[in-house]
Amino acid sequence: MKEGTGLALYDVTVRHDGPFGPVTAVDGVSLEVPRGTTVGLVGESGSGKSTLARAVVGLDSPCAGRITVGGREYRGRRAADRRRLGQQVQLVFQDPDTALDPRMTVRQSLAEAAGAFVRLERRSREQRIGGLLELVGLDAGCAGRLPRQLSGGQRQRVAVARALAVGPAVLVADEITSALDVSVRAALLTMLRDLQRRMGFAMLFISHDLAAVRHVSDVVAVMYLGRIVETAPTESLLRGPRHPYTRTLLSAVPSLHAGRRPAGEPLLAGEAPDPASPPTGCRFHPRCPVGPNHRPGRDVCANRDPHQDAAAQPHRTACHFPSRADDRPPHAGGVHQDANGGPTPRTPGEPPS
Amino acid sequence: MVLSSLSPSASRAAPGRTRASRPGWASPMGVITLAMLGSLAVLAVAGALSWGRAADRPDPSAVLRGPTADHLLGTDHLGRDLLARLLSATWLSLLPAVAATLLGAAAGITLGALTAVVGGRARRLLGALINLLLAFPALLVAMFFAALFGAGAGGAVGALAVACAPGFARITQTLAAQVAGTDFMAAARVLGLRRHRLLLRHVLPHIAEPLMLSTTVAAGSALVALSGLSFLGLGVQPPSYDWGLLLSQGLDRVYTEPLPAVAPGIAIVYAAVAFQLLGEVLAGAAGRRTRPHPEEEPGARPARAGRPASADHVLEVEDLRVVLPTTDGVIRPVRGVTLALRRGEMVGLVGESGSGKSLTALALADLLPDGARATWATHRFLGADAESSSRKERRGRLATGMAMIFQNPASAFNPSLRIGTQMTEAVRAHRGTPRAEAVEQALVQLRRVALPGGRRLLRSRPFQLSGGQRQRVAIAAASMMRPDLVIADEPTTALDVTVQRQIMELLRRVRRDDATAILFISHDIALVADACDRVLVMYGGTVVENLPARELAVGARHPYTRMLVASVPDLAADRDRPLPTIEGGPPDPFGAAPGCAFHDRCPHRLDRCAVESPVLSPLGPGHEVACWGPLPSAPRPGRNETEEAEK
Amino acid sequence: MTTVSPRLGALARHHPWVVFCCRRAVRLTVSLCVVVTASFAMIRLVPGDPVRAALGVDAPPDLVAAKRRQLGLDHGLPEQYRQYLRQLAHGDLGVSLVTGEPVADLVRARLPATLLLAVLAFACVLVVALPGGLLAALWTRGGRRPRSELAFTATTAVLAGTPDFVLAAGLTAGLAVALRLFPVAGDIGPQSYVLPVLALAVAPTAVLLRIVRVETLKVLATDQLRAARAKRLPARTLWLRHVAPHTLTASLTLAGNLLPALIAGTVLVEKVFAWPGIGSAMAQSVAAQDYAVVEASVLVLGSAVLVVNFLVDLALALLDPRSVIRRT
Repeated sequence: MKEGTGLALYDVTVRHDGPFGPVTAVDGVSLEVPRGTTVGLVGESGSGKSTLARAVVGLDSPCAGRITVGGREYRGRRAADRRRLGQQVQLVFQDPDTALDPRMTVRQSLAEAAGAFVRLERRSREQRIGGLLELVGLDAGCAGRLPRQLSGGQRQRVAVARALAVGPAVLVADEITSALDVSVRAALLTMLRDLQRRMGFAMLFISHDLAAVRHVSDVVAVMYLGRIVETAPTESLLRGPRHPYTRTLLSAVPSLHAGRRPAGEPLLAGEAPDPASPPTGCRFHPRCPVGPNHRPGRDVCANRDPHQDAAAQPHRTACHFPSRADDRPPHAGGVHQDANGGPTPRTPGEPPS
Repeated sequence: MVLSSLSPSASRAAPGRTRASRPGWASPMGVITLAMLGSLAVLAVAGALSWGRAADRPDPSAVLRGPTADHLLGTDHLGRDLLARLLSATWLSLLPAVAATLLGAAAGITLGALTAVVGGRARRLLGALINLLLAFPALLVAMFFAALFGAGAGGAVGALAVACAPGFARITQTLAAQVAGTDFMAAARVLGLRRHRLLLRHVLPHIAEPLMLSTTVAAGSALVALSGLSFLGLGVQPPSYDWGLLLSQGLDRVYTEPLPAVAPGIAIVYAAVAFQLLGEVLAGAAGRRTRPHPEEEPGARPARAGRPASADHVLEVEDLRVVLPTTDGVIRPVRGVTLALRRGEMVGLVGESGSGKSLTALALADLLPDGARATWATHRFLGADAESSSRKERRGRLATGMAMIFQNPASAFNPSLRIGTQMTEAVRAHRGTPRAEAVEQALVQLRRVALPGGRRLLRSRPFQLSGGQRQRVAIAAASMMRPDLVIADEPTTALDVTVQRQIMELLRRVRRDDATAILFISHDIALVADACDRVLVMYGGTVVENLPARELAVGARHPYTRMLVASVPDLAADRDRPLPTIEGGPPDPFGAAPGCAFHDRCPHRLDRCAVESPVLSPLGPGHEVACWGPLPSAPRPGRNETEEAEK
Repeated sequence: MTTVSPRLGALARHHPWVVFCCRRAVRLTVSLCVVVTASFAMIRLVPGDPVRAALGVDAPPDLVAAKRRQLGLDHGLPEQYRQYLRQLAHGDLGVSLVTGEPVADLVRARLPATLLLAVLAFACVLVVALPGGLLAALWTRGGRRPRSELAFTATTAVLAGTPDFVLAAGLTAGLAVALRLFPVAGDIGPQSYVLPVLALAVAPTAVLLRIVRVETLKVLATDQLRAARAKRLPARTLWLRHVAPHTLTASLTLAGNLLPALIAGTVLVEKVFAWPGIGSAMAQSVAAQDYAVVEASVLVLGSAVLVVNFLVDLALALLDPRSVIRRT
């Protein structure tokens, strides 16, 4: 991993105090988000992805590992340390209803953020607020409104504007579309991509919605019970998932276009276990369709932790028995390649463009 | 959910709004409270000035007299006029009470606010200290400290301040913790704002209002407690006096003369009630902002002639309307829904938030919230008209023929009842099945939804199960009656995708095995397209399109459906194309404007669309659209459509 | 108290009850220590000389000195504390400064009367307020009958604002003196319980009535009740099985907080009715500045309150097993 580029996490572990003792919510996660790119973090509830987000912005402190932004580590819990981190990393929250102070107008919220690190004159502040609103596609008339006078999508745009007001190097988006309607969601995703292209920040996009993640991310990391089980460039991961959990996750995503539905991926049994007492060995092994419960003789899964492949590889997975790249992928046929890729396979439902 | 999503647009001026929320002071209670407080204030100021002299003038010739024309309440053991003493004691009773409350509030709020600012260990210590102090009743603490500080007004005020401080500390601590846990506080911390700014800008404004409220109530209690201390001889000492001391002195002669004891008692109650009511009115004013006014809805449309009954239809509804009173006026979340379900059919009802899909489901199940009212032209369940049967018959039919599965499996079960009871109670109540047999049936159903554990599971309580398990139990419980129709209201929204897939599989099996019709309500259009036979798309309280699920991806004819489909990010779509979006805001919940609800956002609108609302009319086999200008049926993707529209 | 070691965590997972009871017991012990220390400190901290105050200004100096020696006030504070604890362990609460009688005898004679009064009053509160609040909620749910709701709110507000000792005075004047329906003072048979219990119970009843009504309305608005209504059970089953138990747990938690205040309230009410309880003893000794008795009363009443709190917590945990997990 190169230092000095965007956000980098090295073996980060975060523990909470649960009702029954410490819970390791994030367990030895390493991840790199270079400037100008987006890494999508996918996982189900309890996988620790939100805890990871909070650790990155300094709301939780990791008990092991290092988090660097632009090659520098921001440790320490004093207000000054937090301020230095805040200048670099900002977070957008899931719920637009609670992310903004209900008693502050949009103008006040944005002014607070814009003036957090630099002192602004009245006039330049107004200009800055106008610029921020324009950036997120809101008209200047919104500035005087209170959050409850805005729709969910507008509120989320204000939250993005507030995060970008300090000009951060890294933006963490924690499930920012999951509380929104489909039509609003699409607009927000498109806006985020545009903003990133224009401003060049690194983005950690966290979601349980694979389709949304795919739409904005260059690289996708899949989390399960506090660990990253697979990391790969977006199309590579969707086309050739190698970890059995990724495969089942992909196959569970409903699709509008009948016929593209993968066949043969088994239904995953049960639910993710309690993070407070994770299984031994590979954390996925009790539910794994190719694990010891279905394939006798694979006791290694229950006993030994699978480690991720070497960091140099673009497609890394943490599995003792990963699928080979030429195995039938869940979404065969439906995946376009990257813009610079070869000719894209088409599905019957789609006309040539 | 429906109401909260409507609030932004509801705050705009709308014709449906008829009455603004009334301020708390205009209510009869507010007027009475103001009058009581005003009289107390006047007495506190004027009492000492006008009667202070008379109250202290002893008259040896008229000692311990009963009520006379000269002395309306009689005189005390030194011959002083009791009425004058009572009136001039007003400020002597009120002022210390207010002082004690303010002192206690200042100390308590400081202590409580500290918990929000200091670090972890100190916070836990402070919390434990507050807990410890709160274990003792305030009166006992006040008595202890009054004895400690020495009897007298000053000592009593100090003691009372000490006694009421922990209560304030606890309230402040709780409120501050609530604010500290919010996302906007986290955002402010991520911005690196300094502590004092966090406190002044974000925490205090949010907790100021409830703190004022509890200070008001505490002032009333302080007045009572101070009187109690004086009554015990721990408060004000003679020759000074307050109501409590007057009561104590009056009580010594209650056998001969009740009035000198009763009058100060009434004064104490009067003041205490005034403060109590003030708290009540303030709380009411705060609560009124969120409480809807029930209101009469202007008459619904006359019923039209219903369609003839069809034998294989489980449910037929025509022109279903729901009106719902809210703070901002009457909204009309459902405005003419027409739908029919055949036996064993799985129909998806899809729409964005505020489209009225959940209220439609509740209206169909006769479970609307209080205040909401439903009207319809036809409402036929299992072949029987809602109008032509008695309420009892209707309930019976719904009880055995319809089951519901709700969105949040965490809150859909009674947490204190065992799973077994909750699964069997409906069968036992409606079919009269004996307990043992009902339990056997429940076991069969649990096996069907692949839940291991059998009887042990039946004995467990909901909180011991995971979300997916609970939703399985909900499906098992719904199939206990072998209902003809299951209404599933967003049953997988709260679950993970892998669990969602399990639940969908189960629903499919229930439908296949029992020939149960399923009305599947969801905001997830891809999920609906995947799982259902037929899809009803809702917008602004009406069904805008009814089409076979397999046609949804490419064959939709309503502009809204097309745009909705196009805006869904798909795992297989071209990433470099921007996702099309639907411009404009959600439909007006008051629904007062004529014409199609979608016309202001529609790229294909005609002049007619703004004037006349379209009705659902057939276009092809199994395909109905409510649109004046349905898009051509050529199967091409909605994406191109909207792009053209945007140009 | 959120940091717990992993081993304690495992224990909490497997035996939540053990951990719950232990925590409560520790809390009770700490609180009792505070009460004991406070009562010890009281006589030593009061301004002036409590012994002289009790014996009178003109008491001979050698009598005062003898009394001080008898009370052990001439030793250093740590020694005094040790002695105090030793005496307490043997059930010795010292002697009254005024009468010279052992305070323990006084407590033994008077505590049962106080507890009986408090328990009776609390029982009345529960018997009236729990069904009453439920019925009030049933009657006014969903904004029905706004007039009844206003009447209910106004009445309970007035009653809740009426202090017990004032009500006691009013009841004495009205029902005992004027109408002669009940005895004015003292404990002379069952009929003499009526007025004190009434005076103690009215305000908490009004408070609890409101709480129960609000809690019931909250339960009525929950998803789980909508799910229960979807089963279309008979109204009686719905209310008794799905509404009432919930309301009960929530209301009893708050009712548990009323009980300590009720015990403290006996002090004032007992004074009005000259009730032979610990409260009137405390009131008299406050007037007589007999701090030995005041100290013992504070100790006894405070401990009673703490023990009651502890029992209420256990009872609530039995009623609602989730609270054990939630609050460990």
